[in-house]
Amino acid sequence: METSAAASVQPSPRETLDSVVIRFAGDSGDGMQLTGSQFTTATADAGNDLATFPDFPAEIRAPAGTTYGVSGYQIHFAAHSVLTPGDAPDVLVAMNPAALKVNEEALKPGGLVVINTGAFTSNNLKKAGYETNPLEDGSLDKFRVLALDISKMTLASVKDLGLGSKEANRCKNMWTLGLMYWLFGRERGQTIAWLNQKFAKRPKLAEANIAALNAGHIYGENAELPHGINAYEVPSADLTPGEYRNINGNEATAWGLVTGARLAGLEMVYGSYPITPASNLLHHLARLKHFGVTTFQAEDEIAAVAAAVGASFGGAIGVTGTSGPGVALKSETIGLAIAAELPLVVVDVQRGGPSTGLPTKTEQSDLLQAVWGRNGDAPLAVLAAATPGDCFYMAIEAIRIAVKYMTPVILLTDGYVANSSEPWPLPDLDSLTPFPVKHHVDPEGFHPFLRNDRTLARVWAVPGTPGTEHRIGGLEKDRNTGHISYDPHNHHLMTLAREQKIAGIANDLAPAKVDQGDPEGDLLIVGWGSTYGSISQAVHVLRERGHSVSHLHLRHIWPLPDGLREVLHSFKSILVPELNNGQLVKLLRAEMDVEAESLTRVTGQPFRIGGLINAVSERLRNGS
Amino acid sequence: MSPNPPKKEYDRKDFASDQEVRWCPGCGDYAILAAVQRTLPSLGCSPENTVFISGIGCSSRFPYYMNTYGFHTIHGRAPAIASGLKLANPDLDVWVITGDGDGLSIGGNHLLHVLRRNLDLQIMLFNNQIYGLTKGQYSPTSQVGKVTPSSPLGSIDQPVVPARFALGAGATFVARAYDTSKKLPEGLTAAKQHKGASFIEILQNCPVFNDGVFEMITDRKTGPAHQLWLEHGKPMTFGANGEKGLRLNPQSLSLDVVTIGEDGVTEDDIIVHDETNASLAWMLTDLPEVVALGVLYRHPGPVYNEAVVVQRKMAEERFGAPDLNALLRQGHTWTVS
Repeated sequence: METSAAASVQPSPRETLDSVVIRFAGDSGDGMQLTGSQFTTATADAGNDLATFPDFPAEIRAPAGTTYGVSGYQIHFAAHSVLTPGDAPDVLVAMNPAALKVNEEALKPGGLVVINTGAFTSNNLKKAGYETNPLEDGSLDKFRVLALDISKMTLASVKDLGLGSKEANRCKNMWTLGLMYWLFGRERGQTIAWLNQKFAKRPKLAEANIAALNAGHIYGENAELPHGINAYEVPSADLTPGEYRNINGNEATAWGLVTGARLAGLEMVYGSYPITPASNLLHHLARLKHFGVTTFQAEDEIAAVAAAVGASFGGAIGVTGTSGPGVALKSETIGLAIAAELPLVVVDVQRGGPSTGLPTKTEQSDLLQAVWGRNGDAPLAVLAAATPGDCFYMAIEAIRIAVKYMTPVILLTDGYVANSSEPWPLPDLDSLTPFPVKHHVDPEGFHPFLRNDRTLARVWAVPGTPGTEHRIGGLEKDRNTGHISYDPHNHHLMTLAREQKIAGIANDLAPAKVDQGDPEGDLLIVGWGSTYGSISQAVHVLRERGHSVSHLHLRHIWPLPDGLREVLHSFKSILVPELNNGQLVKLLRAEMDVEAESLTRVTGQPFRIGGLINAVSERLRNGS
Repeated sequence: MSPNPPKKEYDRKDFASDQEVRWCPGCGDYAILAAVQRTLPSLGCSPENTVFISGIGCSSRFPYYMNTYGFHTIHGRAPAIASGLKLANPDLDVWVITGDGDGLSIGGNHLLHVLRRNLDLQIMLFNNQIYGLTKGQYSPTSQVGKVTPSSPLGSIDQPVVPARFALGAGATFVARAYDTSKKLPEGLTAAKQHKGASFIEILQNCPVFNDGVFEMITDRKTGPAHQLWLEHGKPMTFGANGEKGLRLNPQSLSLDVVTIGEDGVTEDDIIVHDETNASLAWMLTDLPEVVALGVLYRHPGPVYNEAVVVQRKMAEERFGAPDLNALLRQGHTWTVS
């Protein structure tokens, strides 16, 4: 580049956008998740609100160039509040033909597609299933296309560093990131620091990646972009002042569990068997031994929950994390914890089912399994986290309920909330109310099923305590002595006691109220779990259009909060959108005596805001 | 503080609960229960610090009869529940009670893994070669041909040898005894004193569904010819007058039963027991004519729950005092003003 040319470039005014959705897509080995997460950090630093969603294949390294090996990462950022990773992308980065093939339908008409032409070889086109080259056959005419040989320009940017061609080629994600940073006015400093740290032991790789990043950025500064493609700016959002970090749901759950155990003053034993998408709960917690956490990678799902139950018997808080198939395996042991009335937290990071189903895709189809999926009348508490950050608070709530009521608690999250991230205002830990556990140590009049009059929780006396030696188990106990009892009347009363204990948890909960909108009206949308963002934004739009629509989001699924029946009956109709084939809707019909209508999506993907708005508008037009 | 400080000395009665024992009359479990209640006080155990964890089956009712802490859990899972308990409180003295069905069939996986991890617990496997509580079906240790309600023409399942399973799993302590043996307390004592997972198989008579299955071994008259009591460093002899013994056959790498004084066999030919020798232990698990009893194998190795404590200390030294505020701020944070 001649200096005179560089000097002649005039800083062109950037076009201001209110919000942008970008999807980075490439081969699973192309580093798209890293690219996306770096863009996310830079975007948070720029003061935008944002939400992200990674979408990666189940295969670890699918054959290069295939459509089933495409890994994606979507980020939605804006000058206003953002609750979802967005519906259709405005910008698609396609690192190879397969990435274009998989994602081009999702892109908005008129959207910008950034293409690495270097990967558009006849071989790659064939692997992606293209009969003709989309760069030449006019099929991309409805988009704005920025077609660049990113592979070649990356190699040029690192050619003096003496890397092998494979290592040099792997820098192309950083070149792309550099270009995207320039297009959207993000700063490179944080990524440069991160690369230096990541490759501290291989400084040449750090240098090469930084060179590629800078080269992509310089390309943007100097290149004459095709007509219709500008540099953009997205002004910072009006976020509540405070200290923020990005957090995904699994991180938040792990940290919430640690925080909850400390608020209870208990050691935690986390038993787990690796399963997608819950495995990184185990990874996070394994690093936190100094917080009083013992992690146990068990031989199977059953041993994982059994170890947690054993730990709770020993006076710690036993926790296990898994996904739907794992909950199925754990059911009998969860029943044991119900019968023995021991605290236990089961985190179910739901995924597509049945059976192995769609391990890397999201779904909300374990609700009925969580509430009713055990032999016998076996009630427990079921919670559901609404957002990545909410996982932190719901994990604390799960431990609080487990130890206060001596009961298993299932916390439902899902693959979407577990892997998406959002800016999270850091909590003021001093504002969290401790709930210290006092184990029972008084032998006077002791038996293991002495209950607290108010909560109906039994006493928690732990091995090692003199004078309270006792035996418990899965057999029915006499309500007055804790010994084995086959007495019919006793079994009836114990069944009722277990039911009433769980029902009584509602006394601890805030009464049901709508999250958005009026307390009565035409339509109430009742959601639960990770659909919070989509429903909330859809309702916001519908209300701006003048519709009488409100949103109520359940975080306590069982027991349901008090007052829910009254709220539900204050609306002419009720719609329950779920990422399953209709589960909460059945529960509400059965328990709340309401005519609720179901809206389902079982595609392994979150709701689109636009889809929800359309579905609701149609119902309102039809007068339902 | 507790109004009843623990007594210094305990006796058998301190370990007996007030619950009526409900095994069938003549069940071998009675003798095992009595041996445990007699042995624990002699080992300095206290009721408050002792926990019995069991699965499902006749043997698994055991905890109800001990005045200690006890957890009668679900079928096959006792080793996993005991593992979690030991992790939560490594100071507890944890015993697992299981049977041939509970431990080797439905719970075989957990038994395998608790043994290879070598958690410091004692595992007593009551082997009666039958399913008792479900009324007499063949078990994974039943002999081929065993006629039961679920095998009217005889079992066609090849049986598992419990001690062999344990050795294969990497157990560091494998012993064998029988229910009415006077030497059972010795076996329990050795199991308790071993650091790591101690596996003790106890041959147990089920008088209702499998009566007399071990009679040749346990009968006063026939027993001496079929019981080989092992002692570390001692020649492996048996028989009423110690006239029989085991000799290593170097050709087949197996143990032959020989008679001292016959065919030129002398006492020097008899192999000496080395309980640290896994190959020898393997051969002892399944002998012709005779059953090896006592400690087959004892070779201490790294103990899982101790390694957990070591790693905890490492983490505490590396990362210092736990600080939730710092945890939440690790990585990148920013301030919106």
